[in-house]
Amino acid sequence: MTIAEPLADVDGLDWPAARLTVENLRVAFTVDGARREVVRGVSFELTPGECVAIVGESGSGKSVTARSLVGLTGRNAIVEADVLELHHEDARSFTPRQWRTVRGRDVGFILQDALVSLDPLRPVRAEIEEALRLHRWGNRAARYARVIDLLTRVGVPFPEVRARQRPDQLSGGLRQRALIASAIALDPDIVIADEPTTALDVTVQAQVLSELEAMKRRGASIILISHDLSVVAQLADQILVMRGGEVLEQGTAAEVLGSPKHEYTKALIAAVPSEHTRGSALSLGESPLIVEHAPVAAGPVLEARDLVKTFSGNRAVDGVSFTLGAGETIGIVGESGSGKSTTAKLALGLETLDGGTVRLLDQDWSVLPERRRRRLRPSISVVYQDPLSSFDPRWNVERILLDALRGQRLSTTARNERVRELLTQVGLPVEVLQRFPLKLSGGQRQRVAIARALAPRPSVIVLDEAVSALDVTIQAQILDLLVALQKASGVSYLFISHDLGVISHLSDRVLVMKDGVVVEEGTPDDIFQRPQHPYTRELIASIPVFDPASFVS
Amino acid sequence: MTTLTALPPRTARILRLPLGLYLALAFVLLLVIAVLAPQLLATHDPFALAYAEALQPPSWAHVFGTDESGRDLYSRVIFGARDSLTIGLGAASVSLSLAVVFGALAGLAPKPIAVVVDRFIEVLFAFPSLLIALLLVAILGPSALTAVFAVGLGTAPGYARMVRGQVLAARNSGYVEAATALGHSRWRIIGAHILPNALRPLVAIFALSVGQSIVWASSLSFLGFGVAPPASEWGALLDAGRAYITQAGWLIVIPGLVIVAVALAATTIGRHLQNTLEKGEK
Repeated sequence: MTIAEPLADVDGLDWPAARLTVENLRVAFTVDGARREVVRGVSFELTPGECVAIVGESGSGKSVTARSLVGLTGRNAIVEADVLELHHEDARSFTPRQWRTVRGRDVGFILQDALVSLDPLRPVRAEIEEALRLHRWGNRAARYARVIDLLTRVGVPFPEVRARQRPDQLSGGLRQRALIASAIALDPDIVIADEPTTALDVTVQAQVLSELEAMKRRGASIILISHDLSVVAQLADQILVMRGGEVLEQGTAAEVLGSPKHEYTKALIAAVPSEHTRGSALSLGESPLIVEHAPVAAGPVLEARDLVKTFSGNRAVDGVSFTLGAGETIGIVGESGSGKSTTAKLALGLETLDGGTVRLLDQDWSVLPERRRRRLRPSISVVYQDPLSSFDPRWNVERILLDALRGQRLSTTARNERVRELLTQVGLPVEVLQRFPLKLSGGQRQRVAIARALAPRPSVIVLDEAVSALDVTIQAQILDLLVALQKASGVSYLFISHDLGVISHLSDRVLVMKDGVVVEEGTPDDIFQRPQHPYTRELIASIPVFDPASFVS
Repeated sequence: MTTLTALPPRTARILRLPLGLYLALAFVLLLVIAVLAPQLLATHDPFALAYAEALQPPSWAHVFGTDESGRDLYSRVIFGARDSLTIGLGAASVSLSLAVVFGALAGLAPKPIAVVVDRFIEVLFAFPSLLIALLLVAILGPSALTAVFAVGLGTAPGYARMVRGQVLAARNSGYVEAATALGHSRWRIIGAHILPNALRPLVAIFALSVGQSIVWASSLSFLGFGVAPPASEWGALLDAGRAYITQAGWLIVIPGLVIVAVALAATTIGRHLQNTLEKGEK
């Protein structure tokens, strides 16, 4: 393991300069009397001004590792380590009371979701002041001055105004920055950030990352937990790659990203979609068997003209037009509130239009009443971001798929055969038929959702953030599956996403939306190489640059 | 717990159930016997007058004591179970049936109808349940059957609001939108998704509602609008004991405790049902 040279000896003593030393950290939980190990042997050192990143997918043990470093693993956890030294104190024997004094003062903890981590009834000011008050910092006036100072430091404009507001009055980015301000209120020299930008729009993510970078420059040590390699590449000096509780690979950022040794690291790096990956497979495994005949479709399959949708006076969608050809993919990209999901619902005929028309397969669609639309419904289907909520919780996979086939007049045998065929198409084993979606993994659930969307043999599938909630290697598999299905069946996709990388990987044409309006439209090359509109330029500048080649020395 | 882990999983799971649940189930079993064959449990004739033994405190001869006419209170409580539980089960059924119909209408009917039904439910909900029940008794005259409908109607608005909330939640759920996108008809969606999901919590609510209805029915009887004497419905027992509250407190305390015990047992079982149903989803 390579570690940066100690910057300075503390008081001339022969102590290592590491602020945090972890050796062979193990965490286990006891569930129903059985012991389950979730972290098996994590070791690293954290020196001043350094960022250690722990990368992994869900269930890798990365968040548990982070939590065990601040004593937040919960009561039924067993935390063991050969060495766990925080500021040269043995943290293994810390009592809950000792951990409380450590948290905030020595270690700041930034959680993923600012909306649930902040008290909705308290103004931001009270939230940040509490951290100071609990550690008996200053008097009232001094604490208020400190709050304003902190908010200014994390780049919150008009801090005096914002300090008086409650979390629901702030945007996602401001909330996340308020949370960071409360985590660093007491100037902890170690900051642990658990997926700090995961729920954020890309422009906001760029702001939060630059704030973390500034903290690093000021000498703070950062432990960054993330599933997103492009975020990690921005900040990390050292990287630990975790899977199933074990560290698979560990080294400097240049080593791990530039010349990865473990197969899994390579898969992770290959799985990041971008415009450079167009036309190539993202996952390293073989693609599933496809048995589908291309439906005959000539001309546009979906045509939207000047779509308008108003919600209580606000134009959520304002004059959106597009024409989707057979076998084509249109990507709609935009940040939260841009109207992209509403556009998807309008195309699906699940929301009534306030203006404009949608035509499906060259037939009237949006002007029809729902009763007459039903006949055409099999031609257009949908996959949502959260497949779980789109399945009836009482139904198992078999029933979900059989239900999707109701519209077709099939015999029972033919229907059962078709269900198995669908499973093969999306690469799922027959065993999942009897399982309930809740017991499936995120990737399996999304495959079931895709199988359901394929069931009526549609001409168009609307994919609304369909891969956004998935781990990056799973996302890669699903994207590959979608590409393979399109090649085999000639189905068209209307692909909605906030993720420019995913959009550019998949789309033939891209629409950039902002505040309900399409600000720019073109091929991925046009959009990414020669963006015209200032917003598109800002959006593209905000994408964290992830180019593994740049790490190869 | 270590002894339990050695047992087969199914047995271990049954043994691990809380003691309270066993007590509740045992109590319900006693109630069932009292309803079907009260003579098996009763020690005396519940209607046999014996003025010489009037107002005796609990003793070995009369475990719950005797009332002002010397009738054995324990036997009267046992014989009263049939009326009380009929009212409890009946009222809970009436109440939840009304709640399902009105709640579903408020949640699913076309807008003008839904708004009217919703307002109607809210106006009824604003009245105290007992007031609605009393109104009905005033119209129909006191009897066990009236009590069933009175209590059922009185408690329905609260449950109707709950059903409406459940229906709305299911109606706006992702799976209903997904079913719409698949082209299923409105009735198919209501029958296959909305109603089953919205009504599932009612299984547990029903058990809770039985206990509550008995308490409400007792209130009616206590006010003299329930089952007429000499029937020994528990609320009527309370009402009769009221006159002797200073001399013979047990006449009120013991039937009162029995009512509490029934409500407690029903609640315990209802809770457990609810937990088991929810666990099945996880």
